Amino acid sequence: MTARSKPKKKPVARPAAKAPARPAPKPAKRAPAPGPKAVPTETAPTGTVFFVLEDDGTVARGKDPNLPRDVLLFLYEQMVQVREFDRRMLMLQRQGRIGFYGPILGQEAATVGSVAALEARDWIFPALREGAAAMMRGLSLTTAISQLIGNELDRCKGRQMPCHYTFKEGNYYGMSSVIGTQISHAVGAAMAARIRGDDVVVLGYMGDGATSANDFHCGMNFAAVYRSPCVLFCQNNQWAISVPCSKQSVSETIAQKGIAYGMPFVRVDGNDVLAVYAATRDAVARARAGDGPTFIEAVTYRRLGHSSSDDPSKYRDEAEVKAWERKDPVDRFRRYLTARSLWNEAAETALKERIAKAVNDAIAAAEAVGPPADETLITDVFAQVTPQLREQLADAMAVAGKRVNDGAFPL
Amino acid sequence: MTATETKTQEARPGFKVMTLLEAITDAMRTEMRNDDRVVVFGEDVGKKGGVFGATLGLQDEFGEQRCFDTPLSECGIIGAGVGMALYGMRPIAEIQFLDFIYPAFDQIVSEAAKMRYRSGGEYTCPMVIRSPYGGGIRGGHYHSQSAEAYFCHTPGLKVVIPSTPADAKGLLIASIRDEDPVMFLEPKRIYRHGKGEVPLGEHVVPLGKGRIAREGKDVTILCYGAMVHVCEQAAEEAEKAGRSVEIVDLRTLVPLDEQIVLESVKKTGRAVVVYEAPKTCGYGAELSALIAEKCIEHLEGPVVRVAGFDTPFPYTLEPLYMPDVKRVLAGIEKTFVW
Repeated sequence: MTARSKPKKKPVARPAAKAPARPAPKPAKRAPAPGPKAVPTETAPTGTVFFVLEDDGTVARGKDPNLPRDVLLFLYEQMVQVREFDRRMLMLQRQGRIGFYGPILGQEAATVGSVAALEARDWIFPALREGAAAMMRGLSLTTAISQLIGNELDRCKGRQMPCHYTFKEGNYYGMSSVIGTQISHAVGAAMAARIRGDDVVVLGYMGDGATSANDFHCGMNFAAVYRSPCVLFCQNNQWAISVPCSKQSVSETIAQKGIAYGMPFVRVDGNDVLAVYAATRDAVARARAGDGPTFIEAVTYRRLGHSSSDDPSKYRDEAEVKAWERKDPVDRFRRYLTARSLWNEAAETALKERIAKAVNDAIAAAEAVGPPADETLITDVFAQVTPQLREQLADAMAVAGKRVNDGAFPL
Repeated sequence: MTATETKTQEARPGFKVMTLLEAITDAMRTEMRNDDRVVVFGEDVGKKGGVFGATLGLQDEFGEQRCFDTPLSECGIIGAGVGMALYGMRPIAEIQFLDFIYPAFDQIVSEAAKMRYRSGGEYTCPMVIRSPYGGGIRGGHYHSQSAEAYFCHTPGLKVVIPSTPADAKGLLIASIRDEDPVMFLEPKRIYRHGKGEVPLGEHVVPLGKGRIAREGKDVTILCYGAMVHVCEQAAEEAEKAGRSVEIVDLRTLVPLDEQIVLESVKKTGRAVVVYEAPKTCGYGAELSALIAEKCIEHLEGPVVRVAGFDTPFPYTLEPLYMPDVKRVLAGIEKTFVW
């Protein structure tokens, strides 16, 4: 399928979103300002995909949101950094320097565009492919790579597989590997923000596979029933490991699942950063104004395997991958910027050099760090370590005599 | 003194005589007054005040923002509760019967229990999951189960079970104030089974501390929840036959007060473990193993388990399924004659 399938039914326009009840707070430094256009949400399934950029990066007349230059450059630089980081981390995995990696190639716009539409105080509940959000919020590359290694600098203290970042200062929540559970957490946090009267919006991510999970139903329903200030964002990358979206659900679109919950929804071209940004910005504005949650389906494509452990050539046609390469989110947006004289070859080279150096330095710094202390095996189970846990560690250490885990499991 | 003995007593100053159920309500009311981060939610907890009445009056006093009904979804109740907790609230989620908690099992086991550990301590889940549990009300399979062992087997969860009104209040307040997720399991059979004196206002019973419910010197009974009362009656009977029985009410299954268990068993040299859950892999199995591992040299007889059957919970034959005074007495005798 293509991202922009023909609408099968006439789109039903939804009234434009209400203006926020209070003036939007000043954007944080470098955070993009709201643009002028409202993205219409749907009340009936149409299959329509909202987009701004054509595949070649041009913009249809009247569709350009005319975002400020610094916003546009921020979006682009973040996307390039995400892509480069992703490429390098997959290489580290192939070299055996990290144990696992979940690549996001092709989905850069969906993450970057949506996170950029938030304020710094808003919360993010990621799924597997939104790790870039943590780095956009300020998680250093060294700390991020430390998570992939599981070393002493890892904020998870070496307790989770790679790609499970956590970054509380950035209101970025540390996920589990269970599909969909974070949806309910995002909704619960939004309910809490509302009860507390905080001016906070929560963005909760999921993949297309998660829309089949229990927590999708619970989360969507609770979000709507309590009009919680959240945006639930589905990155429909067409594949849940080897199961295509068509076998995940026979709904015409994922977005239309919002109808059943009485929730406004929008289907957006996930490879179009301007469209993702605009749709999320409008949804965030609705949530902030007290108008409740919005469901966004970002139609995109997972160009690599589910993870470093997966070989997609076993279950899908390479031609499909090639077709999606033509909709590459970074190329499209670069052409847009170049056509507006906001970007050129020299800027591209300089950016890539800067990112390469930053990633190289971060890898070197992270690889120089040792493993977490043995004591961390038993801390953080509870706020206080129980006597039982102390005894268990003491028993093991008495036998081990030295560090139990010296980096290899002797099988 | 058993809970039932205070039935006709007047309360001392600073105390009030109440049922275990009333004490639970009192604990929530007290903490909701103390801390505006505390919210109570679940199925039918609002206007109705809960199917057992545990939340009666809370919505009237604190409003719908802090005591609210939820859609009929245990998974959603706990999932949203986890989100509230990590945001900084002190949620109290009611699961109407423990038998219905399984749709939320993933949220409890994979999420609430692991939040602190997996995030290196960045995110925590200070949440209380309250649920009536256990048999004795003719509730059949789905209103009678004792599922505590599942939760005890999950690192990161505390498991608390009161047996008296005063403990119900003190332990619940401690659970609400705890920094970690707590499964607060309420023995519904004794919700209204006699009354007891409960301190008014502030009353905290620390988690992880058992209590000697009855002192004795010949044999120790380890128990919790409604079984404490069955064991107390059995101890009275045994006393008549010349057996001096000590009863340890564990109060908190995780973290366990090992010291009180081991000291009592070392003193008496005999142990009977009483629990109404299915026998195999029940919490009593853990207690038996603990005793075998740490004080076998003090034992004068085998550690005996008196437990429910390894069957689904029955309806008509419930009285046969449940450990009762006679079975506890038989268990006591087995520790002497073997």
